[in-house]
Formats: sequence, C-alpha cells, structure tokens
Amino acid sequence: MTSGAVIAGEQAADVGGEQTGEPAGPVPITLAKALNLGLRSAMAADPKVIVMGEDVGTLGGVFRVTDGLLKEFGEARVIDTPLAESAIVGTAIGLAMRGYRPVCEIQFDGFVYPAFDQIVSQLAKLHYRSAGRIRLPVTIRIPFGGGIGAVEHHSESPEAYFCHTAGLKVVACSNPADAHQMIQQAIRSDDPVIFLEPKRRYWEKAVVDPGSPGESSPNATSGLHSSTVVRAGTDATLVGYGPTVRTCLDAAEVSAADDGRSLEVVDLRSLSPLDLEPVLASVRRTGRLVVVHEAPSNVSVSAEVAARVTEQAFYSLEAPVLRVTGFDTPYPPARLEDHYLPDVDRILDAVDRSFGY
Amino acid sequence: MRGVTELMQLLTPDGHRITVASRARATELDGSPTAACDSRSDPPPGAGLPAADPDSGPGGGEPATVDIDLPAYVADLTDDELFDLYRDMVLVRRMDEEATSLQRQGELGLWASLRGQEAAQVGSGRALGPDDMAFPSYREHGVAWCRGVDPAAVLAIFRGVNLGGWDPAGHGFALYSIVVGAQTLHATGYAMGMAQDRSPGAAIVYFGDGASSEGDANEAFGWASVFAVPLVFFCQNNQWAISEPARRQSRTAIFHRAAGFGFPGVRVDGNDVLACLAVTRWALATARAGRGPVLVEAVTYRMGAHTTADDPTRYRSSAELEAWHQRDPLDRMRTYLAARGLLAQERDRRLALEADTFAHELRARCTAMPDPDPTSLFDHVQVTENGLVAAQRSAFAATLDPGET
Repeated sequence: MTSGAVIAGEQAADVGGEQTGEPAGPVPITLAKALNLGLRSAMAADPKVIVMGEDVGTLGGVFRVTDGLLKEFGEARVIDTPLAESAIVGTAIGLAMRGYRPVCEIQFDGFVYPAFDQIVSQLAKLHYRSAGRIRLPVTIRIPFGGGIGAVEHHSESPEAYFCHTAGLKVVACSNPADAHQMIQQAIRSDDPVIFLEPKRRYWEKAVVDPGSPGESSPNATSGLHSSTVVRAGTDATLVGYGPTVRTCLDAAEVSAADDGRSLEVVDLRSLSPLDLEPVLASVRRTGRLVVVHEAPSNVSVSAEVAARVTEQAFYSLEAPVLRVTGFDTPYPPARLEDHYLPDVDRILDAVDRSFGY
Repeated sequence: MRGVTELMQLLTPDGHRITVASRARATELDGSPTAACDSRSDPPPGAGLPAADPDSGPGGGEPATVDIDLPAYVADLTDDELFDLYRDMVLVRRMDEEATSLQRQGELGLWASLRGQEAAQVGSGRALGPDDMAFPSYREHGVAWCRGVDPAAVLAIFRGVNLGGWDPAGHGFALYSIVVGAQTLHATGYAMGMAQDRSPGAAIVYFGDGASSEGDANEAFGWASVFAVPLVFFCQNNQWAISEPARRQSRTAIFHRAAGFGFPGVRVDGNDVLACLAVTRWALATARAGRGPVLVEAVTYRMGAHTTADDPTRYRSSAELEAWHQRDPLDRMRTYLAARGLLAQERDRRLALEADTFAHELRARCTAMPDPDPTSLFDHVQVTENGLVAAQRSAFAATLDPGET
C-alpha cells in the first residue's frame, strides 16, 4: 500500500537516530504525528478536504498536528483563519454546503464555546432541518483535557455538551494507532464529527499500522463508532476514553501486581453514539464497572453509561456502577490539577469500593 | 428618523446617483465613466483617520467615495419587465396577507410578515442569476418567490409541517435561518467555496438591523473582507428588531460599518424596487468580478408586526406608521408605472384577478397539508442512523394506534 511506504518513511525521519538497517520497518510515532499523517492521507485522498483554523498553516498548529500540510497542499486547502471560532465553524458549514469537507481546528477546548451556536444549532441540525437534503461532512478537531500545566481554559473536557446534541457524532482517540485511523474515518463521515484529541497524550508513542481498517476500507466509517477492549480481565471492568484510557491501563497493571486482581479495560472511543456492547459483555462477566473520565460527573458520559448498563445488565451487576471523574468545580489552577484529575489511586479506590458491596 | 429624508433624496428611478463610502479600491469599483467623487455625499467614515498601510492587504488605501450610476444598471428593463416587478410585489404582498389570515384562523402557528419590504426583496431577488446563491433570514418570502420557491413550502414551515421544505441547491436559496445572524457565516463560507470553484456566481445574504449587532455578522464582515469572497451583505434595515429601534443597535449608519472592515458599503432606498434592483446588480457584479464583498443597507420599514405574536402598538406610534405608509413600495411603483402609461386598466384588473386566484389556491393548498407521519420525527437526524434513534423510533412506533402511522 502506497500510504504505508509514506508512513514508514515519515517514521524514520520523525524519530531521528532510531533508523535501523530496515528502512520500511514500523517504528513508534507520537499521537500528534499519527494525526498529522492521517490528515495528510485524507487530504491526498480527497481534494475537497480543507484544513482550517488558527495557526494551522505557517506554524503547523500550536501542537504541530498540521505541520507541513500548508507546504504540501497550499493555502487554498490549509487556511490560517481569523481568530473567530464561530466563523471557523460557520464558514465550514457554508463550505460543506458547497461540496467541501472541512476539518476545523479549535485551538483549545475552552475556546470552542464562541462557536457553540454554530455547532449545536446549525451544524448539528441542518441535515434534519433540510430533511436530508443538506449533508455537512465537517470534522471539528479539539485538543481536550488537562494535565499539561496550562493556564485557564486550556484543560477542559466539554464532550457532554456535544453528546447531548442530536445530529453530532463525538469521538475521542486514546493512542497513536487509533488517532491515525479515526481522523481519516471522521473526515470520511458524511455527518459532522466532534473529534477530541487527548492533548496530554500527544507525545506518547506507539507503532502505527498503516494497514489499519481506516486505510484498508476507505469508505467504512462504522469502525469509528465501536468501543474496544484494550486489556482483557475477569474481576472488574474499567471504562475510559481519550486521556483516561492510559490511566485505566496503568491502574490495571498496579492492581494485578499489588492485589492480584484482573481488571478489564474498555476504550469507549465513540462517545456519541455510544457502543456499549463490549461494555455490557464485559460487565456480564465481571459484575463490576468503574467509569473514568476527566469531565465533571454531573450529567456526564459516565452518567449515561451507568444508566444504560443498569438498564441492560442489572442482574449481572454485583455492585453499583461507580465513577471516577473530575470534580464538579471549574477546572482548577494547574498546581492543583493533579488532585482534580482521575489517577491510578482514585481508580483503585473505586475498584476496592466496588468489591466492598 | 433623521436619515430618512436624506435617503429619500438619494434615489429615484430616474436619475439620482448613490454614494459608496469605502476605504477600498473605490475608484476601481465601477468602470463606467459616471464613477466620480461626489461632494454631496456623506463624508467617508475613515476621513480624518490615518490612511491604512497600502501593503496591509486588499482593504488598504485611502478612504474614498464614488458614485454609482444606478440608472445604468436598470436601463435594459423593458416595459413588461418593469410591470413584472410590480406584479411580483403585488403577489408577495397578497401571499403575506393570506398567510396572516391563515394564522388568525389557526391554520399557521405563526407568521412573520414582510409587508413594507417588498421592494427590497423583489428588487434584490430579481438581480440574482442562476449561478448565485441566496441565504435568507426568516422574513424573505419575497426573495423566496423570486427564486422559484413554492409559497406553500414557505407556509409549511409556519404551519409546523416541516423545518424547511425546499431544495436549497435547486433554487439557489438556502433554508430560512432563525437564529439571528447565523446565516451570514454560512454565506461567507459558501462564497469562499464559490471562489475556489471559480463559479461565475456570487452569494447574497439577507439580514436585518438587529442582526447587525450579532457577533456572527461582524465575524462574517471581517472574514469575507480578508478572503475577498464574492458576497453581497444585504441588510434590510426595517427600523425595528421586534420592539427595539435601529438606534439601539448602532450609533452609526449600518452601511458605514463596511468601511471599517475594508469593503464598500452603500445605502439605498429600500422602498424603491428599481433602486434595489440596480444597486444589487451593481453589488453582485462587483462580487462576481473578484473584488470582494459589498454591504448594501436597504432602508425600509416593517409595516406589520414582527410576527403575528407581536403587538407593535406597545412600542411605536401610529404617526410613524402613517409616515411610512406614504412611502409604500407598491404605491410608489404603481405611481411610476402609471406615469409611464404602463398600467392600463385591463392589465391592472387582470393582475388583481391573478392575485385573488393565487391567494385562493395558496389557502387551499395550505389547509390541505396533512400532519406528517409521527415516526418521521426520527428521520434525517444523521446521514448514518444512530442506533439510539433507531431504537427510540421502534419503541415509539409500537405505541401508535394502527391508523396513526
């Protein structure tokens, strides 16, 4: 596959001195680089794909996710926009009406709110309003979540607002391989997609399979909305998405080593629609469920998961569904964020409480 | 009302010029030999400010004014075409009256009357060509008419049968937009796409004096200017945003705003259908030629209530209404046609009959519209159906009586 060769070459260049005698051999790349390569593939595959946002062109994005795209695809397709979030989404809607497939970058989670009307009242509803005549294949990339020591408005988890809105799809990637695949699937989706990127995991590396389903079946988007068991276990189920998948995996390691417990970890990947089949199947085996996210708990994704699992697997549950989330406070100053964010200890404490029932 | 007197002197169908205030390329806006500085005009808003850096972009350069020879833009109209503009206005007013009655009789949930704005809508609407794309707000029934949208489809929205029942691409007329100002950004993005596609057309977006305060409209002004998109911002300043007068929206004339954003703004008598046609033709030609956006402020008056749910006697005087009755756009065109001998008794009578028949049929089609199938509320939430919606549809369908589906 052509794109495979491109990716292997990029990997070699990206990681510098790690080249071996096997030039095409897979080497780890960062999540940010995986997104970058996914964007490149999507732009190469479809001339209607346009990347637009603040600092996405010359700078390559504040996290460098769009690095090199301007040079490769030109300023008609990689657009440094005015600092106007409502306009970024509003004009993307107009471009999509004209047949384009815009990929908008909102620079940080806390900056998406000026675009809220355009997202929830326009982007989400025009397909319905038009009885299907208007399709808006717009992807809105949002680096989300905390853990990078940032100033206010740079560490938020706004996913519940968008999950609550009919007409939007909401996904969150958690690792480089998924990031590479999911961004391409999101761009191919004929529905608008809120694409959440776990900003504190941008620099984590993994081997990316260029033959992942996103690559091998260019027209398939169903995989975008499937959740996945990322660690098999038998005693309790942990569910996370985005940045907390890694936290859950770390907790499972510690639990296995310290307590001899076998924890299963499910990566939700898609927050709307939810794919709860793997979660239900897991809970039917383990009887215990802990849901983990950085967003506050009140009216959150974990609340929805808890309600549905209770409805659909009530007799399998040995304990109530428990949640480990950010607190129901504004995101705190960076020096306090370690207390705010779910960590291994809080997850293991919840697991202990689950076993206490 | 200070601006109104000035404005009424600006334009008549035969001869007056209009002034453009602009910081941008003003002398290039129109190649016609009539383009010239006009000492009668308002001073440009940028006058007295430091000149923009010539290298600062497409909007740079000295503030300037230019005359547009408006009559030249309607000089081609035949007698029949002049009459047809009047006919359009008569029919859309009749549609509006019928819809108001239908609402009073419980057949529509609400109606937003366009009464008084027929000239602004028909004049601008008839300036559009097949390659152009119009983005309306929610009162543009006259533009919808000009774009070939079935008036019954417009009524269907207010009856609550659907949320937008026409094909936007087929008519070059986007769906109504109820969140004030939101459509200005859609038009801006669409026009970017038109430029990228090298479309021969341009976009036009309709909004009002109230919308001129919205952030979206101001983001659209800036964005459209920076990217020089082929877009006409067509503001119908109808003096009232429900109960708030235009002076509550802005201390400067709306058309002057354009200069600050770096593109031309013009003010036109919005109750003069020929002036509206002419100025929109000029504005579209400017946009189509790649010279970027234009703002047209059509000064008009909402003669009716904001909607059928509004009571304008709570906030405006009958004297004001009466003053605007004197400038009724239909009466003015009627007087003009009569003066030119284009309104023979027989033709006038036929038009009255046509309007009666049109209204009668529209009423019949409106009242015959059935309620949609209940399960259709689940349709078209997304292109790829969401399992949650599918499950809710099934569960809901199971609760319906056999006759209901």
